[in-house]
Amino acid sequence: MRNKLVYILVFLFFQVISFKLIAQEDQANLSKSNRHCANCHGNKYYSFFNSVTEQDQRKRMNPFFIIDTVAYKQGVHREFSCEDCHASEYNTYPHAPELKLEPKFSCLDCHGGDETYAHYQFEDIEIEVDNSVHKNAFGFQFGCAQCHDLHSYKPVARNKKSLIKEIVSADNQMCLSCHNNLSKYQILTDHTKPELLSTHDWLPNQELHFMHVRCIECHTPVTDTIMVSHKILPKEKAVHLCSDCHSTNSILRGKLYKYTAKQLRSTEKGFYNSMFLNEAYVIGANRNIYLNIISLIMLGGAFIGIAIHIALRIIKKK
Amino acid sequence: MENHKLYLYPVWLRVWHGINAICIIILMFTGLSMQYGNIDYPLIPFKTSVSLHNFCGVVASVGFIVFIVGNFLSDNGIHYRFKIRGLYKRFYKQIMYYASGYFKGEPKPYPISEEFKFNPLQRVSYAIAMYVLMPLVIFSGIGLLYPELIVEKIFNIGGVQLTALLHSIMGFFIAFFLLIHLYVASIGKNPLRNYKSIISGYHESD
Ligand code: HEC
Ligand code: HEC
Ligand code: HEC
Ligand code: HEC
Ligand code: HEC
Ligand code: HEC
Ligand code: HEC
Ligand code: HEM
Repeated sequence: MRNKLVYILVFLFFQVISFKLIAQEDQANLSKSNRHCANCHGNKYYSFFNSVTEQDQRKRMNPFFIIDTVAYKQGVHREFSCEDCHASEYNTYPHAPELKLEPKFSCLDCHGGDETYAHYQFEDIEIEVDNSVHKNAFGFQFGCAQCHDLHSYKPVARNKKSLIKEIVSADNQMCLSCHNNLSKYQILTDHTKPELLSTHDWLPNQELHFMHVRCIECHTPVTDTIMVSHKILPKEKAVHLCSDCHSTNSILRGKLYKYTAKQLRSTEKGFYNSMFLNEAYVIGANRNIYLNIISLIMLGGAFIGIAIHIALRIIKKK
Repeated sequence: MENHKLYLYPVWLRVWHGINAICIIILMFTGLSMQYGNIDYPLIPFKTSVSLHNFCGVVASVGFIVFIVGNFLSDNGIHYRFKIRGLYKRFYKQIMYYASGYFKGEPKPYPISEEFKFNPLQRVSYAIAMYVLMPLVIFSGIGLLYPELIVEKIFNIGGVQLTALLHSIMGFFIAFFLLIHLYVASIGKNPLRNYKSIISGYHESD
């Protein structure tokens, strides 16, 4: 019995040590000043020296103020120090109360008129967002940051290595982080949150659809000038016709499959239809030209044979 | 042999055949509509097609089980067995009959009897339709109904993609079978005679 206890204690000890090592390794990747902030904002708990009681104190971190340091290092703004976007006064804790009033950067503050990243079309995206249902309902409250976390943002659809599945789950997560999360939703409105599963129950195989198409497929118009349409339309204008996707001129070609379709447009002939959708099968949208030809020839041959036979039957009768 | 009646199609077989025929015809049209439908002129609304296709597919699959069990329990299964040896010669005889002998009024090379209700062509084509095409179309159909059953990828091609390809090719072959099946059944003095038989069960010889 006591032996067992010793084993468990030793085991736990190593667990703690290895956990500490891992945690330190993660933060070692951050710059020194970021590590200072991450000491508190990278964990569920933070400790500070209470100058009134003159004691070290440990408290829970507000879960909405926790920054995922691993995702931070993978995001496009990984080279940034926290103070590039936040006032350097945050260095001290407790943070000064007036810091709460500090306006936060928007993407356009840095990327507006930015030649280097013009291909992302930040200005066009902003115009689309300005015309979306969210902006109309909530104005400045609904900024880019509602969907794009500046601390982890990285393009997914644009990345050639992304599988369609990954694009879908990453993009839908942006919408679901709010539409499936009452606490975030209620920052914006007191209206009851519509239950997505029941508002979309007209769609069969709902789970399958949500794993294979993005919310924006149905909730934004098709655009040719912009990579990801940001203009969320009122619900009345959402796609609800199955054949908008399940047909040869599927809207998915101009949306979710745009990225792959562009690369493969040069090989329009032959297996084009099925090859460009190597990762997805959408009834009605994939057609195989060779199979169509073969089946037409077979059916045509059979019809001709039957016609000749019928003709002979009629002639011989007379 | 003059004008006597043969009882060839027992009740269970006729019931199965009737339900199967209706289902397959609906499956054909809904399947075609889903694959070749267009937003501007849909043959059948997509959603209707999907529900109808799923429903008829399930009914036809249950029917298929009835057919297999029926054939197993009764003697009807015998008619679906054939020897490979001499198959070519028997085919040739039957085809020559359809192509010329029939017009010259020659006797049938394989007259219908209770022991041999199918000619060699029917025997082989029915066996292939019922024991190859139908199982393949049913299994691939179950796969498409429950995609989580399908392996993700085979040689980097989506599993669903391959299953769907198999399903539509088999569907096409069944449609092709049906076309010839319907026509060949009309060959004879009275084109409707065979159709009456599959409903009444009795075959009237010429
Ligand atoms: C000693 C722990 C600690 C350190 C170090 C720390 N913070 Fe904080 N920070 C907090 C806590 C706790 C809060 C929650 C609000 C509060 O208590 O003031 C917070 C809140 C914030 C907020 C949200 C303020 C608001 O209410 O909108 C920002 C932004 C922030 N910190 C940035 C930083 C940055 C940037 C750094 C590094 C330069 C940093 N913090 C360092 C503990 C810390
Ligand atoms: C590229 C700019 C940028 C960098 C770099 C950045 N932040 Fe932020 N941060 C923002 C913006 C913008 C917001 C406001 C988000 C919003 O409005 O929801 C924010 C909000 C926060 C908040 C408060 C969350 C809230 O909901 O109010 C905390 C805490 C925070 N950042 C901590 C950090 C820490 C720690 C770092 C460094 C590891 C850091 N930030 C680096 C731009 C940045
Ligand atoms: C404080 C200024 C600032 C803010 C705010 C900011 N960015 Fe950036 N962003 C930059 C800088 C500078 C770079 C270049 C970083 C580098 O090359 O290491 C960059 C890089 C990027 C890139 C990567 C471009 C590439 O091809 O590598 C994207 C995409 C991007 N930002 C999108 C956004 C989005 C979306 C927002 C708003 C949610 C945003 N940025 C907010 C300054 C900013
Ligand atoms: C309602 C949610 C939402 C809002 C609000 C939003 N975006 Fe996006 N944004 C998305 C989604 C979803 C994507 C697709 C992400 C991906 O797959 O890379 C995206 C992609 C992007 C991209 C990458 C496009 C590309 O060509 O690869 C940029 C840049 C961008 N957004 C900028 C912005 C800016 C700037 C704003 C604010 C004016 C903004 N977004 C507001 C949802 C949103
Ligand atoms: C296949 C197309 C399609 C997809 C995919 C889709 N939607 Fe919808 N959505 C619709 C349609 C159509 C309506 C309108 C339903 C109605 O009015 O009854 C709607 C309604 C809504 C509404 C309004 C509900 C209400 O009653 O006010 C919200 C919010 C919404 N969708 C969010 C989402 C989110 C988030 C996703 C991704 C997880 C998503 N949708 C995916 C087609 C779609
Ligand atoms: C930060 C929270 C948040 C995010 C993120 C968000 N939404 Fe919303 N959305 C809302 C709220 C709140 C409403 C309710 C608007 C109202 O009451 O008029 C809404 C309404 C909608 C509606 C219904 C509009 C109508 O006509 O009633 C649609 C559709 C919708 N969102 C789609 C999306 C899609 C698609 C995404 C992701 C690209 C997304 N939302 C991301 C908060 C969010
Ligand atoms: C936004 C585009 C879109 C719309 C609208 C849409 N679908 Fe789909 N549908 C898809 C995609 C993508 C898949 C899954 C592809 C895959 O499995 O990779 C799918 C799969 C399916 C499947 C499952 C096929 C299988 O492989 O088992 C059925 C059934 C289906 N859809 C029926 C419908 C019906 C009925 C409607 C109309 C009410 C509809 N869909 C509307 C895009 C759409
Ligand atoms: C694709 C669907 C169909 C299949 C798989 C099929 C299969 C069969 C089979 C296996 C038999 C022989 C039954 C036996 O005696 O064991 C048969 C007979 C028959 N079927 Fe079908 N059938 C189909 C559709 C139809 C349709 C739609 C019709 C007509 C409306 C039809 C008309 C007949 C007739 C007239 C016979 C009796 C003549 C004969 O044995 O050749 N069949 N069918």
